Amino acid sequence: MNIHEYQAKELLDNFSVKVPAGKVAFSGEEAELIAKDLNFNKYVVKAQVHAGGRGKAGGVKVVDTPADVGQVTTDMIGMKLVTHQTGPEGKIVSKVLIEEGSDIAKEFYLGMVIDRSKEKIVIMASKEGGVEIEEVARKSPEKIHKEYVDTSVGLQPFQSRRIAYFLGLDGKAVNKAVVFVSGLYNAFIEKDCSLAEINPMVLTGDGEIIALDGKLNFDDNALFRNKDIEALRDPQEEDQLELEAKEVGISFVNLDGNIGCLVNGAGLAMSTMDIIKFHGGEPANFLDVGGGATTEQVTQAFKMILSDDNVKAVFVNIFGGIMKCDTIAEGIISAANEVGIEVPLIVRLEGTNVELGRKLLAESGLNIQTGTDMREAAAKAVEAANS
Amino acid sequence: MSILVNKDSKVIVQGITGSAGLFHAQQCRDYGTQVVGGVTPGKGGSEVDGFTVYNSVSEATKETSANVSLIFVPAPFAMDSILEAVDAEIETIICITEGVPTLDIVRVKEFMNGSQSRLVGPNCPGVITPGEAKVGIMPGYIHKPGKVGIISRSGTLTYEAVWQTTNIDIGQSTCLGIGGDPVIGTTFIDALELFQNDPDTEAVIMIGEIGGSDEEEAAEYIKDNFKKPIAAFIAGSTAPKGKRMGHAGAIVSGSSGSAEDKFAALERAGVATCKSPAAMGETLKEVMG
Repeated sequence: MNIHEYQAKELLDNFSVKVPAGKVAFSGEEAELIAKDLNFNKYVVKAQVHAGGRGKAGGVKVVDTPADVGQVTTDMIGMKLVTHQTGPEGKIVSKVLIEEGSDIAKEFYLGMVIDRSKEKIVIMASKEGGVEIEEVARKSPEKIHKEYVDTSVGLQPFQSRRIAYFLGLDGKAVNKAVVFVSGLYNAFIEKDCSLAEINPMVLTGDGEIIALDGKLNFDDNALFRNKDIEALRDPQEEDQLELEAKEVGISFVNLDGNIGCLVNGAGLAMSTMDIIKFHGGEPANFLDVGGGATTEQVTQAFKMILSDDNVKAVFVNIFGGIMKCDTIAEGIISAANEVGIEVPLIVRLEGTNVELGRKLLAESGLNIQTGTDMREAAAKAVEAANS
Repeated sequence: MSILVNKDSKVIVQGITGSAGLFHAQQCRDYGTQVVGGVTPGKGGSEVDGFTVYNSVSEATKETSANVSLIFVPAPFAMDSILEAVDAEIETIICITEGVPTLDIVRVKEFMNGSQSRLVGPNCPGVITPGEAKVGIMPGYIHKPGKVGIISRSGTLTYEAVWQTTNIDIGQSTCLGIGGDPVIGTTFIDALELFQNDPDTEAVIMIGEIGGSDEEEAAEYIKDNFKKPIAAFIAGSTAPKGKRMGHAGAIVSGSSGSAEDKFAALERAGVATCKSPAAMGETLKEVMG
């Protein structure tokens, strides 16, 4: 799960990670009042959307007066921000963060993720702040310093000092960086982050270390013990269909093609998309109904697939284990009766109770094409969608 | 022989009084697995459908000499259950539970450092040695005792590979789902090492998916160390970047974790790959000669 920069900064502030003073605003008038109240010499107005690359796209402005803060905010709210991370459809700005303009002496990169192959938390730091870290990693990996943390003892001060010295800090800034890095680590552990990235972390003219930007992503699997994080979810930032699917226990991802897919199991669902492409078609979605889906869930899955006007055929690919094929067949029949399936339907059933499932479909009177295996069924689905 | 589980394995089920735990304990027993009891704290001393329930894993191992544990407890308690099994020196711990926080498994793996226990999963279908023991949630009847070892990050896609190899009469030595999470107990390399040393396994099918670099690391291992024929498929060639595809670990982030890179790494290591999931069985048959 992702949150906004302003939410991340409020959270980090509680962990002794220093952030610029600031406040979120939802309109130009509100922004101007906030700016007057804050009374800074210089203001930064930042569009709040879940995407990086906002600066280049016109989503970050530096101004001097509260009146200008109001004007810039009015211009920004409602605008469609298109960055390299939003895709061409962009994101509509509905709120901005108003912050004190910082006096930047140096910019750094600081990030934390779980290194999947080392099975540890890794902290990455670089003097190349404010640029894409993946670019740095590709071109000059020696410019990135890594510290691996043993979670049983936690991040040690010597590791944070090593990061500070690598960044070329000295004097009081070293200890300030140690507090900063430890604070970020504590937030990471306590809130079950999957990514914590401060880019840039800056050294100011008066020797402070602060987070100019802040990005936190959280482990969805740990939200049960981080209710405060769950409460920060911004539904505007999420795909409505995907949210709806999650509520009924279905994994769903919307795609651009024209063949709707209904599959059990994540791996088989991905492979179903792959085999459609292999046979020259384009999948309209990823959909995993899960291991133990009910007739209601299958019906709901059909409704979601058919709500996409691009869908010209539906491919049901089921390998029943715990999931029984007759349950799927009943779901198909109930969905057909309830919503009506106007497009060609291609079904491949295998596994537990397959004979019963096939019999139910054959006797349903529905116009269904079947495939004995995945290959034949996929080829039929592609043909049906293209004709 | 086979790997991880066989007819002599003594299995306990942690979370046996839950509906999934009991159902699968019964299914495993029906397949012929020696399910010697279960654990549910607070329900020790009771019995459920012929299974004796114990309060703790250490009590269960003392009474039954169990050496394998199958875990069905809900995600918030999975770490505790795995650690309890490690503490009781269970040899093979198979965690089916989906939705376990990643940091919990990071902690588990640190705790297991130096221990003799092996964890399979979480978020996996389990392990089966056809004709001997089923310790997981896979449908037993699609399997056939035979020669190929199957390793996969996905459940239903494993069944697909099993079915294909059953239909061409090769059969399986042992099949294991290693799980779809970012950090897991047994990796591809661990499983390949086991199959390398198993005389009953003549060839291997490896099924990876997008996300992480486990497959690339396995490719390096295969190039230098793996001597048996191997066929591979990677799921998710068509998955969009930055989107989680059902499994917590199945995500292409930035420039890493794409199916294309994984296919390429495996091909460089001499692995026979197939681009269609319908061709896993026949690709294997070709490399077995």
